[in-house]
Amino acid sequence: MSYLSIRNLSARLKGRPDQILRRVSLEVAAGEVRGLVGESGAGKSMIGKAILGTLPQSVEITGGQIILDGTDLLALPAAQRRTLIGAKCALIPQDPLTALNPSRRIGPQITNRLVDILHWSRADAEKRARDLLAEVQIPDPERVMRSYPHELSGGMRQRILIASAFAAEPKLIIADEPTTALDVTVQKQILKLIAAMQARHGTALLFVTHDLGVVSKVCQSLSVLYAGYVLEDSTIPEFFHAPKHPYSRALLAATPKYTDPDGSLTPVSDAVIAATRAEVEAADRSAHV
Amino acid sequence: MQFLQSVLLRLCTTLITLAGVAVIVFFVIRVVPGNPIAMMLPPGATEADVARLTALYGLDKSIPQQFLIWLSGVVQGDFGTSITTKQPVLQLVLSRLPATLELSVMALIIAIIIGGFMALTGTRLRGSKTEAAIDIGNGMALSVPDFLWGLILILAFGVLIPIFHISGRVTPSLPLPFSTNFYLTESLLRLRFDLWLDIAAHMFMPALALAIPLAAIISQLLKQSLKETMHLDYVTLARTKGYSETHVILREALPNAILPTLTLVGVQFTFLIGGTVIIERLFSYEGLGNMAIDAVINRDLPLIQGIVILFAVIFTGVNLLVDLTYAALNPRLRHA
Repeated sequence: MSYLSIRNLSARLKGRPDQILRRVSLEVAAGEVRGLVGESGAGKSMIGKAILGTLPQSVEITGGQIILDGTDLLALPAAQRRTLIGAKCALIPQDPLTALNPSRRIGPQITNRLVDILHWSRADAEKRARDLLAEVQIPDPERVMRSYPHELSGGMRQRILIASAFAAEPKLIIADEPTTALDVTVQKQILKLIAAMQARHGTALLFVTHDLGVVSKVCQSLSVLYAGYVLEDSTIPEFFHAPKHPYSRALLAATPKYTDPDGSLTPVSDAVIAATRAEVEAADRSAHV
Repeated sequence: MQFLQSVLLRLCTTLITLAGVAVIVFFVIRVVPGNPIAMMLPPGATEADVARLTALYGLDKSIPQQFLIWLSGVVQGDFGTSITTKQPVLQLVLSRLPATLELSVMALIIAIIIGGFMALTGTRLRGSKTEAAIDIGNGMALSVPDFLWGLILILAFGVLIPIFHISGRVTPSLPLPFSTNFYLTESLLRLRFDLWLDIAAHMFMPALALAIPLAAIISQLLKQSLKETMHLDYVTLARTKGYSETHVILREALPNAILPTLTLVGVQFTFLIGGTVIIERLFSYEGLGNMAIDAVINRDLPLIQGIVILFAVIFTGVNLLVDLTYAALNPRLRHA
């Protein structure tokens, strides 16, 4: 039984016919790390937002289910859905520079979920925050908890956000391009940290990224998204050795290899894109009959 | 240390501003036509009478000479004597200041309550008909100036449904036990709620008339600022933690969204104080503004000067206060 199971999820911009998500189905087992890859605009972040209930107001879900731990989130009243997500899921956001509230100290930003939503005592929550900050290798957690975000570096802030995501021991974490906004040197450390934290806590992780290199290092399985449509659903070895879809093959060919840094890159050809688009549209038509 | 330095610097620039205001006012009111002596004397006064009075008030000297005499008095805290009432200007002005301050602050509080409520409601219900209604209301409130709102309020709540007083500061027959002129504040401190109610009922309509345009500005600015903040990542992150929309608006977005609004409210508040001049006249409210109009009509030069300087002091004081509040609310400035 998967911890998260998305079935035939469709979404579109309000009042527009074109779909952002087309009958997306994907499963994340408990403790599994699944990559969600696709080019920008493919809808990969939208899936994360749909799960967490943070879709922009302009987007409406037109069908499907998001089943979290046996409960269909979309069938719940808004308030219940919010508290359920707050207790069982967490987000590691993309940009650590904008994801912390500039006018509040770090401590309350980590403990607020525990105190307000999960009704922990303040002392317990603060102890938990200190332990977590130590776990993500932040020196002097006491001082950091009293700091404001602008007093800390980008790498530090991303560590804090990771610690904060694990605060309530969620069963599922959605990491939305968590390294994209960081320096290359910091990227690697953060990636390692996320992988280590995931392994230690046994959390399921949905890793949204456009970087196949990152996927190969962190994930066990992946879903390839194109124009809001899941083209391929494979384990990591399957995907890197025998990708099923022509678009996946083209995507792999377009990724720089660490083993061959000077090798030539082949951009995804127009023919592959046209064929993929035709396939997605054909699938759309057959779904509407 | 740095904080103290910046405050001192601000005080210095404030002094220069005040000196500039003093020079301009002093010269302008002497250059424009109109003569206080002519206003004082009955028709048929002789040339000699006019000359004697002119010399008595020092108006026969050259304008720069008059300015120096006035300035040397001001430095010693003597703003001269009012020509019409024969009382010291400083005493007159200070006796009226509390009335105007209470009115302005009351108006500001009303504006913040109405404007803040509208902004928060509009943000909570963004995209709905309620938000559209708030926008239309803001447009209407802004397109009508405060004195017209005053007239509208007099017609509505003074004439059609007479529930508020339309004139004065307090019912004249009531005995007043006050030792200061801050009637509203003092009645509250003395727990004289009967008096407080009477004074508040007098103050309510002029304060509301002053507050309506400012409330619209606060509502518009704060709502815009809140809506921009609501798209930021830390707000989204708070949502994923399980917080309600209302909590997210009040706790996450508001403390940050309020900063740009605060600066503009400071500027707008000085306009509101300027608006008291006509509003006080309209409601026969015994404040500085009302006194200023009388002083201008009577060409009471020392009194005009004193009132203008006092207004200038209030304006610069408000601006300083806004800057300090801004620094206190914004941790990025506090630690920088």
